[in-house]
Amino acid sequence: MENLIGLLVAVPLLGAALLLCGGRRLDGKGHYIGTVLAASSFAIGAVLFADMLGRGEHDRALHSHVFSWIPVGGFHADVAFQLDQLSMTFVLLITGVGTLIHVYSIGYMEHDERRRRFFGYLNLFLAAMLLLVLADNYLLLYVGWEGVGLASYLLIGFWQHKPSAATAAKKAFIVNRVGDVGLSIAIMLMFTTFGSFAFAPVLAEADRAGEGKLTAIGLMLLLAACGKSAQVPLQSWLGDAMEGPTPVSALIHAATMVTAGVYLITRSGAIFNAAPDAQAAVVTVGAVTLLFGAIVGCAKDDIKKALAGSTMSQIGYMILAAGLGPIGYVFAIMHLVTHGFFKAGLFLGAGSVMHSMNDEVDMRKYGGLRKYMPITFITFGLGYLAIIGFPGLSGFWSKDKIIEAAFAKGGTEGWILGGAALLGAAITAYYMTRVMLMTFFGEKRWVADENGNEPHPHESPGSMTFPMIVLAFGSVFAGGLFSLNDAFVKWLEPVTGHSHGDSPLSAAAVTGGTMVVLVIGVGLAWAQYGRRPVPRTAPRGSLLTRAARRDLLQDDFNHVALVQPGQYLTRGLVYVDHKLVDGVVNGTAASVGGLSGRLRKLQNGYARTYAVSMFGGTAVLIAATLLMRAV
Amino acid sequence: MNPVYYLYLAALLFTIGAAGVLIRRNAIILFMCVELMLNACNLAFVAFSRLHGNLDGQIIAFFTMVVAAAEVVVGLAIIVTVFRSRHSASVDDASLMKL
Amino acid sequence: MSFPLLTVTAAVPALGAIATAAVPAAKRAAAKWVALAFSLATLVLAAVALVRFDPGGARFQLTESHAWIADFGVRYELGVDGIAVVLIALTAVLIPFVILAGWHDADPLEGERPNRRWRPTQGFFALILMVEAMVVISFEATDVFLFYIFFEAMLIPMYFLIGGFGDRAGERSEEETATQRSYAAVKFLLYNLAGGLIMLAAVVGLYAVTADDLGTGTFSLQQIVQARASGDLSIATGTERWLFLGFFFAFAVKAPLWPLHTWLPNAMGESTAPVAVLITAVVDKVGTFAMLRFCLQLFPEASKWATPVILVLALISIIYGALLAVGQRDIKRLIAYASISHFGFIILGIFAMTTQGQGGATLYMVNHGISTAALMLVAGFLITRRGSRLIADYGGVQKVAPVLAGTFLIGGLATLSLPGLAPFISEFLVLVGTFSRYPVLGIIATVGIVLAALYVLVLYQRTMTGPVKDEVRGMPDLKARELLVVAPLIALLIFLGVYPKPLADIVNPAVDHTLSVVDEKDPKPDHPVDAGWFSYSPMHDGASGGAK
Repeated sequence: MENLIGLLVAVPLLGAALLLCGGRRLDGKGHYIGTVLAASSFAIGAVLFADMLGRGEHDRALHSHVFSWIPVGGFHADVAFQLDQLSMTFVLLITGVGTLIHVYSIGYMEHDERRRRFFGYLNLFLAAMLLLVLADNYLLLYVGWEGVGLASYLLIGFWQHKPSAATAAKKAFIVNRVGDVGLSIAIMLMFTTFGSFAFAPVLAEADRAGEGKLTAIGLMLLLAACGKSAQVPLQSWLGDAMEGPTPVSALIHAATMVTAGVYLITRSGAIFNAAPDAQAAVVTVGAVTLLFGAIVGCAKDDIKKALAGSTMSQIGYMILAAGLGPIGYVFAIMHLVTHGFFKAGLFLGAGSVMHSMNDEVDMRKYGGLRKYMPITFITFGLGYLAIIGFPGLSGFWSKDKIIEAAFAKGGTEGWILGGAALLGAAITAYYMTRVMLMTFFGEKRWVADENGNEPHPHESPGSMTFPMIVLAFGSVFAGGLFSLNDAFVKWLEPVTGHSHGDSPLSAAAVTGGTMVVLVIGVGLAWAQYGRRPVPRTAPRGSLLTRAARRDLLQDDFNHVALVQPGQYLTRGLVYVDHKLVDGVVNGTAASVGGLSGRLRKLQNGYARTYAVSMFGGTAVLIAATLLMRAV
Repeated sequence: MNPVYYLYLAALLFTIGAAGVLIRRNAIILFMCVELMLNACNLAFVAFSRLHGNLDGQIIAFFTMVVAAAEVVVGLAIIVTVFRSRHSASVDDASLMKL
Repeated sequence: MSFPLLTVTAAVPALGAIATAAVPAAKRAAAKWVALAFSLATLVLAAVALVRFDPGGARFQLTESHAWIADFGVRYELGVDGIAVVLIALTAVLIPFVILAGWHDADPLEGERPNRRWRPTQGFFALILMVEAMVVISFEATDVFLFYIFFEAMLIPMYFLIGGFGDRAGERSEEETATQRSYAAVKFLLYNLAGGLIMLAAVVGLYAVTADDLGTGTFSLQQIVQARASGDLSIATGTERWLFLGFFFAFAVKAPLWPLHTWLPNAMGESTAPVAVLITAVVDKVGTFAMLRFCLQLFPEASKWATPVILVLALISIIYGALLAVGQRDIKRLIAYASISHFGFIILGIFAMTTQGQGGATLYMVNHGISTAALMLVAGFLITRRGSRLIADYGGVQKVAPVLAGTFLIGGLATLSLPGLAPFISEFLVLVGTFSRYPVLGIIATVGIVLAALYVLVLYQRTMTGPVKDEVRGMPDLKARELLVVAPLIALLIFLGVYPKPLADIVNPAVDHTLSVVDEKDPKPDHPVDAGWFSYSPMHDGASGGAK
């Protein structure tokens, strides 16, 4: 069984190698190869899952040591995999949703001449993501971590001929690199503290190190998580990342990769548990981001960017939960999985809409699409109900638990966090209803473009609707299934631990509160976008709306605080290097040259001058000799 | 007569020769001044020979004459060649190591 | 007497140089094949040396020792440790690719009549082989004087390579190109010569010191190290520091370390891509290698004395080089500044004085050689196609020549140390090694990885993506010969990124030995985890013991 773990990573990696190096010969069947390999990876995952279920609760972790990777002095890094319940959950999510999105892409990318390459990148992403969740040490995790970053870079910039896509890809990679600095430093800290950075020893003996060290490690891990999971202050790349093809947004920038930060924090639970200050930082980041993302999501007219704001906000929930410690880990992961279903479904739905609307992304130019695309409407609608936490659907079960856990944190902190989570739920209900209404309800608002091409909305082909239907099932039932007998809690508890905080509010009160804010949010949105027609051009809006449209000025801030000073600095340094550093060198050369120029003038070619110097020299020598004698 | 007077004379002749070399430009004159310096040396040698009472100085004086003769031969040949190409015997005109 | 493998490894490219130069003018093309054959023969010999080298064996292996200039104690002494043998292998691997990549760089221009006396094609390839021979013997020499001779002699063929062969003029006038090129060549020569002369003074000083204490002067590294260890030779603190500075200055110019770096962008910018690779990937490695072999081992105390300053300079190199790379408008100069940043990492690792730092620095030399070669050679192919080095003259190449763009991206990703590719391992080791002794420096150096991402991705974005420029349209993709150059380099990058253990195993004992000469030990972790956790991998003393 252990050997299968390696295969899990190797299969999609093989696919990537085959598709990227295979050349044009594979153009015709590349997408099938990619999909089949993704599916076989899922099959292997399923086999491993079945095997894991067959074993006792505390006997489920598998370990596979493949080879010694970097042995230098006391520094050991191994290529070794660890498959426990936490990793297993991710494996199934990644390969499952991944396979569905491969299927979807067959249809979505049908007319793209570089489809083979697209599937190669997707397979590369799967391999890297699996490596990330299966690694048994932080350094190997880092490989997966940057690997998914690379895949994300390649896929965001897939339509490279668009400068905006290329810029967005670069931005995503660089912002992620800032987070990676955090991960690097965390690993280095672990090495100097523990002499190791493998999960098992570090996490088992974490509490032996002082709180200060652990807080430092925790904060660095948080920085890494912020980068990958688009949390404040490293959130700015996610909105731009929507330049990528929509299946990519669904797989990478909604369901899987962006949740890697949550995985990292949950995995490092032992470190955070012993470092309350770091935990406080985590919940703060989570709470701020969940509101930040939600507010941004309210103002965007681009359907994908609205969903991106939503993703940011939902991951904020997960980070918040993970920061709560053992009360929250399980629910963070649970929300992560259910979010994987409904958000992937929503993105695929958005993709389906765009596909039939000539790649129009502005929701103000949609309207009334429910009549034209019933399957998309229904699956998107179910995803919508799930995300706002409609009772009984997936989102309800997982988000409710997080809000509950936030209150259970206790004290003022608990009230603030719980309040933020509730407020977030209200805003979520508002912006998702807005998306729903603007897209599928009301009157049609699209017109012909300047070339006279009028979109003819139509339902997407089967290869696209099938994954949407499967994901809709997940959005509806996954949460309930997980909550049956606390199945999910029991499943993850051996890995992450679980405890019940003492909530000042009863579970019923929290659920009631959630329902109230949900109704308020939906009602507000309906009042604004359902009752009266949506204008085709966006109104000017309030100051907050305008700021939210500009992503709450995050890019402006980055531009003023980082980009511009950086540009001035590099320009200044280029000048300094040329004039000062090189100037000294060239100056030395010039002064030597100048001096020799002077000396050269003494050699004027006149025999008499030489004779004078000879006579003079002789006279001086004789005088000196005589003087020496005399003294 | 005191041989030291000959030394004074030799010094005087040498100085005249040296001044001539430094001041004059005509190669022929220069040449004659060099000869003057050489002969001043010869005079000094002979005077020393007399002073010390051995023949070393006189022998060296013969050597000097031979060298001076050889020098005149080569030197005049050069001067003639230079004069042919530049139509001038001034040393300042030949300040470059090419024609 | 055993087979003098090391001498032969250095002699083969030297003979190759002569053979290549002797190819008659009429058979110009044959010179390329002769050069390639000799470089491949050298590769085989280097591989044999690598195989015959026993990592667990003596410090110096495959040694040869003959009296040479007996009166001055100069001996012809060769020997390799793990670090040297790996770097010789790197050199031997890169040269065939350099030759292949420069296949047409020295062809006569169209309409130019081949000159009977000056035969550029023969000269170009002969000079490359000559550089290889000298670099190899510099890595092998364990006699300081012998090393010095070849360390300096290398400048001669390099000077002609930089000054004599450049990119075809492109948009600049032929005359301006020639002026710039000769400026770069003279700057390279004078800068390195100045360093070398200062080193010569130190070499003479070393001789005087040994002659004073040991009776007979010697240049033998091993003899001096032993004599110092046994106490037979004691060098006064002040003297040792001056001698150290003399050596270090030369190596810091060669490496190059900030602020002695300004010759590198000129030299790399003006020479052809294969020559630029030769400079940065091969010749400059002698500088960093010599710091490890000579500076640290001959003058351990002075090395420790100078460490703080050198670390700061290395750190400045890292950040400064990266920032300047961001600000460049010329592809080749950008890569040159990136190299300066990377050399900062190497020097940082060497002077962090930890096994991770020095082991990482050694691997860094190898990996940087390969990754820069990959990036620079592809950049060269690109520049040859368009005839311009300016980034702004490109755009959308990805659409026209996807393979070229793909290989360029992989070279770039290696340059920014993407995990999974070889440079990541060395860079991370250097960072860890630095961090474990100097946390603040480690953290600042880590910031360098963000800047690396910036300059690589900006370069890629501006040249390869976006709308296709008119001048770029119709640009052919990589040809078979070019692919043959790039593909193996990329394969090596991936292989060494996934499985660097064989290389690390060869390098580790040599690093341990260097550190023992300097008398430094790795800092112990504060709260070491139980040794039992390492049950599946061989135990190492760094992980156990030291528990408080």
